[in-house]
Amino acid sequence: MSTQSKGTLLDVDDLRVTFPTRTGLIEAVRGVSFSLGRERLGIVGESGSGKSQTGRAIMGLTPPQARISANKLAFDGIDLLAASPRERRALRGKRIAMILQDPKYSLDPVMSIGRQIVETLRTHEKVGKAEARDRALAMLEAVQIRDPARVFDLHPHEVSGGMGQRAMIAMMLIAGPEMMIADEPTSALDVTVQLDVLGILDRLVSERGMGLIFISHDLRLVSSFCDRVIVMYAGKVVEQLKASELGRAQHPYTRGLLNCMPRIGFERHPLPVLDRKPEWAA
Amino acid sequence: MSAETIQSRRDWLLSERPASRMQARLGRAYVAWRRFSANRLAFLGLLIIIALLVVAALAGVLAPYSPTFGDLKGSRLLAPSAEHWFGTDDLGRDILSRILYGSRWTLYVVILVAIIAAPIGLLVGTVAGYAGGWIDAILMRITDIFLAFPKLILALAFVAALGPGIENAVLAIAITSWPPYARIARAETLTVRNSDYIKAVQLMGASPFRIVLRHIMPLCISSLIIRVTLDMAGIILTAAGLGFLGLGAQPPLPEWGTMIASGRRFVLDQWWVAGAPGFAILIVSLGFNLLGDGLRDALDPRSGDQ
Amino acid sequence: MTAAIAIDGLEVIFDRFRALKGVSLEVRSGESFGLVGESGSGKSTLLRAIAGLAPVASGSITVNGKKLGPRRDKAFYREVQMVFQDPYGSLHPRQTVDRLLQEPLAIHGFADGEKRIQRALDEVGLGSGFRFRYSHQLSGGQRQRVAIARALILEPSILLLDEPTSALDASVQAEVLNLLEEVRRRRKLTFLMVSHDLAIVTHMCERLMVMQGGEAVENLTAAQLVAHRVTEDYTRNLLRASEGFVRTA
Repeated sequence: MSTQSKGTLLDVDDLRVTFPTRTGLIEAVRGVSFSLGRERLGIVGESGSGKSQTGRAIMGLTPPQARISANKLAFDGIDLLAASPRERRALRGKRIAMILQDPKYSLDPVMSIGRQIVETLRTHEKVGKAEARDRALAMLEAVQIRDPARVFDLHPHEVSGGMGQRAMIAMMLIAGPEMMIADEPTSALDVTVQLDVLGILDRLVSERGMGLIFISHDLRLVSSFCDRVIVMYAGKVVEQLKASELGRAQHPYTRGLLNCMPRIGFERHPLPVLDRKPEWAA
Repeated sequence: MSAETIQSRRDWLLSERPASRMQARLGRAYVAWRRFSANRLAFLGLLIIIALLVVAALAGVLAPYSPTFGDLKGSRLLAPSAEHWFGTDDLGRDILSRILYGSRWTLYVVILVAIIAAPIGLLVGTVAGYAGGWIDAILMRITDIFLAFPKLILALAFVAALGPGIENAVLAIAITSWPPYARIARAETLTVRNSDYIKAVQLMGASPFRIVLRHIMPLCISSLIIRVTLDMAGIILTAAGLGFLGLGAQPPLPEWGTMIASGRRFVLDQWWVAGAPGFAILIVSLGFNLLGDGLRDALDPRSGDQ
Repeated sequence: MTAAIAIDGLEVIFDRFRALKGVSLEVRSGESFGLVGESGSGKSTLLRAIAGLAPVASGSITVNGKKLGPRRDKAFYREVQMVFQDPYGSLHPRQTVDRLLQEPLAIHGFADGEKRIQRALDEVGLGSGFRFRYSHQLSGGQRQRVAIARALILEPSILLLDEPTSALDASVQAEVLNLLEEVRRRRKLTFLMVSHDLAIVTHMCERLMVMQGGEAVENLTAAQLVAHRVTEDYTRNLLRASEGFVRTA
């Protein structure tokens, strides 16, 4: 770990992502600002809220036709918008990692899981083959895969969704990143597996002192997992609050979102629905 | 028409809330047209094909000479000049006139083959794909048998059996060109047959026949149109090839392939006799290819959105 | 009260995989019954077996007192309809809403199509402005409303719901769940609803069955679940998981 142990890891000020389309410009992200320390930050919103595009913009994975602008988009003092593609590539994987929703699409289907982890490690660090293999096995063990040596040689299609997502986390954490962006990392998983994976993620993040951005549509899940929550609507941040204070949310959107989900033991027929106000998006 | 009415018409076509079946359909066609016309090369292809249609329709008016009778005495194998733009052939016929009339035969071949081969392929492919099991196995093995022979050889065999002539050439080409369409239609059917929207129609109690005809075929048609358009060039070339081998159109019919065949003997000294129809085939093939590429972008079902 | 759906020892085998291992179930007429489980539990397979979309190896399915054979007739589809999970996949990409709703009417030979389509769209809260749109011009929630309208247009008495809201945003989910409850009340429908979400099932259903690995784990009433009066560990696990992440360290 190089830099300061405390303080800001990521600084985002007035981030905007714009897509040109046939019918004009579409602003997916419209002036998002936040900062991230070594903490768990949740970004919550519904589809089209710009939460995923925010994560992608930080990661540098925005499609080439989109325009990104920001007053500041800095990771550990490095201006990400001014960085060359090569510098960003070096950051990606080594110091910033990302986990996507479905491991089936983000793992290479024709390469064994173990080899993918080894390759990732060896692109970022100069290590020998034997050492890389040992570290990959250790990493697989760290994500609570019971038989690492066997899983090492399996291909992605041969493992279950939960196992695949664990392998994905192992691959992302092998180079020891300081920040991780997880975009709906557990949405494709069964509820019980979901909690296992979150438990692993939680332990690794706190053990290694990483900063985590957890992007999800599930307000309840995010608030039980993260320290701080950002609520996004129509490309903007409508509310930022501590996860523990979610019950005291001020914005009608946040409250509506919390209210409209059925809960065991709270009989409400019909369910309260969200009355979207145009001024929220203004 | 003022700019305002054009604008309001465009808004009507692109409306997110069409008020009638007609408007919805026209709107969809308009979106496809906009996507198509934005592609300049495809537009060029379309212009070539339209030009071909116009030429075929007006060949009688446009052609300066008769396509079948020439002046054997004074105008054999003349080089291109003001009187004969593309020169004359060994029988003293004006090559330009022959090419203009020949466009009719090209269109005749292309259209007939498309009308015969595409529906056969569509039917075989969708039925095989949807039914599965032994129906699929039988239909696809038949398709494989046809696919196993090189197209020209198979067409040759058919023409040899049926006798030379342009109608038989068309039939032979049609018989040899449906298998790829059946394969495409089947592949397309396999991707949609297990989709929820087909399941939903099954749950309405629709018969298999109705599902194939009304729900699966419309989805296969656009990829088939694209493929047929791209194949047009190949069909023209096969027809020309049969003509060249003396098994397609028979002299004195001004079919382009036959013209190349008869010009072959003078190709070194009087290059225009074979060169002019060759050039015509090249241009029309190019036109169909460009058009097909453009249609692929415009009609691709996977880019069904806006 | 008669059983709307009675299933006895149902086995479903895909190739060599036993997706359902002898499941029995009874849904009373007018009741809303939930099937809960994780992926691979066989809950969706059970629903599809009733609809005739899964190969039944043995066991029997009885709907409204009539035992079903391997083939469903047209009369069956007027009794039982289904709403699928993915609103993006269950509407034909090349058909307008109008055409989608017309299809069942045409198949069953209804004459007053015009009126029925209008009424069906009004019932699901879409109105005529949506009638000639293609599915790609609709949002996820609107698509699911169209799917519900299509299922209701034949006036079935039983609706099979396969995770009808799991692909939707939470706020839209609430709207669709409310709509489903409303049409059920108005038309006195029987619901058989599949979900992985215990909260949704307890909200929508009076009774439920927990499934795992192609077998029934236990039968519960919604009230028992709310009071955490469950007997099986697996159900308890699901209940705990539905309450969100709990930090153990």
